[in-house]
Amino acid sequence: MTESHETAVHAEHDHKPHGWRRWVFATNHKDIGTMYLIFSGVMFFLGGAAAMGIRAQLFKSGLELFDPAEFNQLLTMHALMMIFGAVMPAWVGLANWMIPLQIGAPDMALPRLNNLSFWILPFAGALLMSAFLVPGGAPAGGWTMYPPLMEQFGASFPMVIFAIHLLGISSILGAINVIVTIMNLRAPGMSLLRMPLFVWTWLITAFLLIAVMPVLAGAVTMLLTDHFFGTSFFNAAGGGDPVLFLHVFWFFGHPEVYILILPAFGVISEIIPTFSRKPLFGYEAMVYATASIAFLSFIVWGHHMFTVGMPVSAQLFFMLSTMLIAVPTGVKVFNWTATMWRGSLSFEPPMLFAVAFLFLFTIGGFSGLMLALVPSDYQYHGTYFVVAHFHYVLVPGAVFAIMGAVYYWLPKWSGRMYDMRLAKWHFWLSAIFVNVLFFPQHFLGLAGMPRRIADYAPQFTDWNMVSSIGGFVFGAAQLLFPYIVWRCVRSGKPVGANKPWEGARGLEWELPSPAPYHSWQEPPSEAVLAHGAEH
Amino acid sequence: MTDAHANAEGGYYVPHGSPWPIIAAVALFSLMLGAVLFLDGAAPAWALLPGPLLLAFLFVGWFSTVVGENQKGIYNLRVDRSFRMAMMWFIFSEVMFFAAFFGALFYARMFSVPWLGGQGVKAITNFLLWPHYEATWPTNGPGHVGGAHFDSAPMGIAALNTLILLTSGLTVTIAHHALRSGHRGRLKLFLALTFLLGFTFVALQAHEYGEAYMHMNLKLTTGIYGTTFFMLTGFHGLHVTIGAIMLLVIWFRVLRGHFTPERHFAFEAVSWYWHFVDVVWLCLFIFVYWL
Repeated sequence: MTESHETAVHAEHDHKPHGWRRWVFATNHKDIGTMYLIFSGVMFFLGGAAAMGIRAQLFKSGLELFDPAEFNQLLTMHALMMIFGAVMPAWVGLANWMIPLQIGAPDMALPRLNNLSFWILPFAGALLMSAFLVPGGAPAGGWTMYPPLMEQFGASFPMVIFAIHLLGISSILGAINVIVTIMNLRAPGMSLLRMPLFVWTWLITAFLLIAVMPVLAGAVTMLLTDHFFGTSFFNAAGGGDPVLFLHVFWFFGHPEVYILILPAFGVISEIIPTFSRKPLFGYEAMVYATASIAFLSFIVWGHHMFTVGMPVSAQLFFMLSTMLIAVPTGVKVFNWTATMWRGSLSFEPPMLFAVAFLFLFTIGGFSGLMLALVPSDYQYHGTYFVVAHFHYVLVPGAVFAIMGAVYYWLPKWSGRMYDMRLAKWHFWLSAIFVNVLFFPQHFLGLAGMPRRIADYAPQFTDWNMVSSIGGFVFGAAQLLFPYIVWRCVRSGKPVGANKPWEGARGLEWELPSPAPYHSWQEPPSEAVLAHGAEH
Repeated sequence: MTDAHANAEGGYYVPHGSPWPIIAAVALFSLMLGAVLFLDGAAPAWALLPGPLLLAFLFVGWFSTVVGENQKGIYNLRVDRSFRMAMMWFIFSEVMFFAAFFGALFYARMFSVPWLGGQGVKAITNFLLWPHYEATWPTNGPGHVGGAHFDSAPMGIAALNTLILLTSGLTVTIAHHALRSGHRGRLKLFLALTFLLGFTFVALQAHEYGEAYMHMNLKLTTGIYGTTFFMLTGFHGLHVTIGAIMLLVIWFRVLRGHFTPERHFAFEAVSWYWHFVDVVWLCLFIFVYWL
């Protein structure tokens, strides 16, 4: 914080608070962003531990480690921890860190609400995790919580429902904050179509969150009242229908997958131009493509339930609307590729993760198209092919983008450079073994191995072994990540006054590294804005 | 960040740290934990108490802090705009919450009940399980969940309540105009009328529930009709209660001389919320009682 800035600031607000108060009473977007990222990291490794258990069990056929009930608990909790605990908080953490820096604001618009959004999470996480400890164990019906199976679990049933309520409240409040920050705190002169793409994608993500998290709250409330208060939402004898839950859940669930991936699109759109030393190709097309994907996400939910018994007209509608998503997504992949075309490329760790994202997310997209076709979905539904599909879009998709984002902005946050060699090791181990882990699952699924199964017929053993080995190495490689980050923050080489990536554009790079505690004390001038313009 | 006195138009303002958010997190957790313990039978009903008490303490405390800061003139127009936007998006999230339950109602009436009655693509359930069931509305399903006979909710009180809420929408608008033109007396009167109408609505609704439970055998457990009826009107009634309390708080603030004709975010936020409650009721009246 420079002297000139110091004077402009009200005395009450400028000093960095110290000790526990800084974190518990935090109103600073960077501190809150850091707490989000740490929480996300913890949940990532807990969810990862569950995944290791799953892969260990499936290493060969036979019930080697867990009985089926325990296995199903691990599976269900793995999904809940990863989606609600790891990926979503990671994106909110990145939003907290980057949006004020990128739009020229001092902080988020509603800093105290920001604090609340974060601090709900540890409580919700604790409530969720303690489901393992109660009689009957954690829920084991899959993260989608379909009734009537979900309602048959013991004491953990209301724990998961209320944990989801807490997580939902946190997400809604966080999303409100993001939208208000973007709409109200942009630097003068930063029109909507001058915003960085990470900000754009987060704006649209925040809209999706506010639109669908309440629907999830409604869905789990219906489960709760059906179970405890005798309502008949999902009881056919009372005139309801278990399939109703699927509709309500997937009306949330499909936008939810874009909540997980749209910010990743934003991150990739930041990283690729930097290391291609070219402006992003087709900026406006990217914005419109993101908005189109968000719109379509509301009218495709039925593709999750083609086999549940649905009128053919509805199947056709959901099939065609789903395949339409390939158009804006194709625009994006094309534009990223075109950005790299004839660029002056270099492959630092963020770029490596971004390029891997480009290839591997596209594979996940293609298998998604296969699943969108009603007749072929009849074959693939409920098999490991589906598991392979969504892990391709979420692990080398969302998770790689999060890691790329951390490697990209960590020097900005800490003012220090990490060990590039070690980060490349992390990348190559991840990129190779994520494929060893998930690619064989396509074969297993096409050969007919069902998902969510604790044991399998022996003919599936070979590819399961390969997949498990990939999983173990991938999992172990992730331990490098916190180590690299820790080392960088503690003792990395200071980046000094220079930008760590000379091709980087954007307002965040107009600030020193590390950025001052209150990011932009004064709105950046038009000259700064123009200098930092990404396109 | 720049102080509001110096820059009323649109400088930046970052509030200092506050204990209220973490208290809010604890309060929400207590609320959820209490419900979990009670529903799991691990604790008696008093486990439900700490959550709401903490929440009440929280709302009083946090809002007092904010109102105090606001009265000191710390907030500038940019903060005001942030509050407005936040309230609008919060109401949008509430709309989506109700949308889920309306969705359930429409699904039951358009799909699940006709299918159970032997129409459409899933008619097989009817042939195999309940060949004698005919689709009607209201219904408690082929299993007659909640008893063989029940009465559907009468239109009378609902129509009266519609009138009450629509009138309250009018009175709050008159109060708003009075505030903007500086007629404090008229403001106090019409704001008081608004929350009185709100509480009257809640009282009538409570009466209707009592009648339904005691004389009509219409309960939450009365199949899909009782389910959708009580869940939709119940959540709506909860929102009316909260909205009426908010109106009451605003009224006390008016009595204390808060709000100016130019700046009265809290008043507007509450009136938006009230209109939202009003619109939800109109949909309820049409789709739950009338059609």
